[in-house]
Amino acid sequence: MAGISDWGNRLHSGETSYPIVQRRKRWLLISVGFVVLSILILLFKGVSPGIDFRGGTEYTLSGVGHADTEIAREVVAEQLPGEEPRVVVVGGDSVRVQLGQLEQSDIIALRESLATAYNVDISDVSSSFIGPTWSKDVSSKAVKGLVVFMILVTLVLTVYFRAWRMAVAALVALLHDLAFTVGIYALVGFEVTPASVIGFLTILGYSLYDTVVVFDKVKENTHDVEGQHRYTYAELANLAVNQTLVRSINTSVVALLPVSAILFIGSFVLGAGTLEDISLALFVGMAVGTYSSIFVATPLEVMLRDREPRIVKHTAEVMQRREKGSSDVVRDDGTVRVGALRPGHHQGTGAQPRRKGRK
Amino acid sequence: MSSAAKGARRTLAGLLWILVILYGLLGFGVATDKTTVTPGLALDLAGGRQIILQARTIDGSSIDPGDLKQAVEIIRKRVDASGTAEAEITTQGDRNIVVGLPGEPDESTLDLVRKSAQLQFRPVLFVGAPGPSTPGPEGVDPSASPEPTPGATASPEASQEPERPDATPAPTPAPAVDTPKPTDPSSMDWITPEIDAKFSALDCTDPENLTNGDVGRPDEAIVACRADGLAKLILGPQELTGEDLQTATAGPTLNAQTGAATGSFEVRLDLTKSGGEKFRKVTERLATYYNPALGDTVSQDVRAQFGVLLDGVVITHPQVSKAIPGGKAQITGDFTMKEAQQLANQLKFGAIPLTLDVLTDDHISATKGADELRSGLIAGAIGLLLVVIYSVFQYRALGAVTVGSLLMAGGVSYVLITLLSWGLGYRLSLAGVAGLIVSIGITADSFIVYFERVKDELREGRSLPAAVEHGWSRAKRTIIISDVVSFMAAAVLYWLAVGSVRGFAFTLGLTTLVDLGVVILFTHPTLVLLARTRFFGDGHKWSGLDPRQLGQEAMYKGRGRVATGGVGGGSVGVSDGLTLAERKAARAKAAASSTTAEKE
Repeated sequence: MAGISDWGNRLHSGETSYPIVQRRKRWLLISVGFVVLSILILLFKGVSPGIDFRGGTEYTLSGVGHADTEIAREVVAEQLPGEEPRVVVVGGDSVRVQLGQLEQSDIIALRESLATAYNVDISDVSSSFIGPTWSKDVSSKAVKGLVVFMILVTLVLTVYFRAWRMAVAALVALLHDLAFTVGIYALVGFEVTPASVIGFLTILGYSLYDTVVVFDKVKENTHDVEGQHRYTYAELANLAVNQTLVRSINTSVVALLPVSAILFIGSFVLGAGTLEDISLALFVGMAVGTYSSIFVATPLEVMLRDREPRIVKHTAEVMQRREKGSSDVVRDDGTVRVGALRPGHHQGTGAQPRRKGRK
Repeated sequence: MSSAAKGARRTLAGLLWILVILYGLLGFGVATDKTTVTPGLALDLAGGRQIILQARTIDGSSIDPGDLKQAVEIIRKRVDASGTAEAEITTQGDRNIVVGLPGEPDESTLDLVRKSAQLQFRPVLFVGAPGPSTPGPEGVDPSASPEPTPGATASPEASQEPERPDATPAPTPAPAVDTPKPTDPSSMDWITPEIDAKFSALDCTDPENLTNGDVGRPDEAIVACRADGLAKLILGPQELTGEDLQTATAGPTLNAQTGAATGSFEVRLDLTKSGGEKFRKVTERLATYYNPALGDTVSQDVRAQFGVLLDGVVITHPQVSKAIPGGKAQITGDFTMKEAQQLANQLKFGAIPLTLDVLTDDHISATKGADELRSGLIAGAIGLLLVVIYSVFQYRALGAVTVGSLLMAGGVSYVLITLLSWGLGYRLSLAGVAGLIVSIGITADSFIVYFERVKDELREGRSLPAAVEHGWSRAKRTIIISDVVSFMAAAVLYWLAVGSVRGFAFTLGLTTLVDLGVVILFTHPTLVLLARTRFFGDGHKWSGLDPRQLGQEAMYKGRGRVATGGVGGGSVGVSDGLTLAERKAARAKAAASSTTAEKE
């Protein structure tokens, strides 16, 4: 506890500093590598679509005393030879049977036979038939949502930060998160259901949320970058990342805790369902989102900013001063201590003494 | 008391008022039995019946999305009119309609869902005032009918043959009829004493009768209300149906000679080939009741009118002056553009060339839903507990503020959802519960952003009250912009999404707003007040805001006093516990005593 607090102090003062922005090329290359890998996996392996995307028939028998998947297989083999059912036990006492697309009459007949075979009431057998066209609709809506959201976000962030580069960097980080998450889905082979799509779309909001908090600090640290010649833009941005590191970690932990709770309850108590699918996507996406706000968004933003003539000129001036030895931030070993500009900083009128007895 | 603390107290009092009002509203709703203490649950949690209908065109062509939407509208209207609350009717994909009915709906409600729209053309036999006690046609002057209805203009070359055609489609006689049925659909013999009694009993001033009437049998006369509730009618057997109508459009009425717009609007009916033929025969017969000498006056025989019924309610009953061949007819009258458009739409509703097949008919067991809800709530409780433990571990006593704020956010979200469930019919689904659980993390993050900022300000050497004020002014912006982004994501999700996604987006968006409210109205004022307590203000080591743990070796206590100790140890500056004035006085005293000593 004291360790984290102390670590936070050192990060804040710049005593301890991780050269994340300085090594931006390395981090960006790693991220590009991950994204390319994700896309390759996606192209060659592909995600495994859930039944809602494949289309088909699903039965769920709840409250089965003896959850044996063989019974269902036998019933299906007897009634619909040629069909290959996927039978799984969910949550201990439920059996889920997934089949291809069936005729209406077969759906009803199989529901009855399954109920008889497992000795449950027919009302405990929920059946659902999902047509193959549904997925198209969901996918097109998800893509439409993505595009609308990105346009909106670019506008809002450009206006708020008054810097389109930040909006671009945030968006790239966002796409990185999506690609990465979907890549992990493809790699592990998790099924993509409508609930996972909810999860993916929520990642959009979360990823940006996280990035915005870091960028806000970057903006604060660098708002007067040209008014001083101690530090370069990149150094101040790096300071911001380091200063928000504790927050980023705390935030991720706090956000992931409830999600893990759902994931746990979802997988061990309920069996696969809406809750589990959403939380799985969120779990992966939030972890990736935290990573990207630190290692992708800010380095990328600095990279974009560094091409700006004003910043190039400023950086050159800072370096010149350091070489001349007229800068007081270079340590004995030649490294630079980037920290909050403590001395002489105006603390605001609120810090001034007040006269008493006056309103 | 400083103005900041006063403001904080006022804000907290304001929040208390908001809470009192919200819960008072809910309490009022519960006390008057209008709502319950818990929010309504969606189908997947409460259990119920879900029917997926697949639309099919009669001729096998592709489905027009507009037609599908209209079909949804019709089903919604019918279900709403049947008194079944909380039905959820949506399209899924490009040909499915999903109808969710909570609980155990009865078969008659399900029938309303399954059947296609019923558009009927029936000859008008009698028109009366809408009240329930209006006597039947026996011995009553038909001219008592209210305002004349719009007339259908006929093409000029209409033949005026007096021959009365057979009723089309040919009525198949019902097996159990005691009296032989008249062959002429316009015959007054259709008005049996039974129909007359029904007519007297029908109350068209009751709005309930205006949305979903009895469609009756196609081969019998029926009584029906006019959609505006200003008249009730007796109509003969069905002669045409929605299938005979191709489409209906609205447009400005053009002068027959000059082609110039007359300023009023009309509805144009476009009938199918066979429908046009039937219509010609019907209008030929109806035109025989038309007396050109009387014109559009009230004394004109109502039997020259044909009624168009949508789901058993008369949407229009225009007068026919001439037989109308060719399958095209206009309904003219004193329509505004809006009225004409509405009528055309209603006619189109009935003419939607879609047949709805039941694709699935799911029973969602209520016990399964209850299990899932319980598990969701357990997951939420565990998640909340973990967040509480973590924040107490990280922020010590400040963690209590997090917990309080989270509880406050939970309380506000709960009452809002319950009220929305009451007022807007919002239903909490499993995805919605997931949204609530996920929002715990995002809400808690606002506090983390805030506390970390305050800590940063403390590290910069501010006193706690100043750090709280300054940290807040910075954190506020971050919290607002990040919540705006989060809310935008939820809003986009909501507008573009289908089914369960919406439930999730809704709770996520709602809790984002609640989060913003709670952090401004609760967390910040609480912290302002706590900063003034000894425990927090003096930086107790369990307060989570101990400057010594934040790297400030010494803490300026005001008036020249500095507290030292803690992690860094050692004293900085003067730390004799004296104020500036005391020191000055001591120096003066020392100086005075030394001078006196010299004198001596």
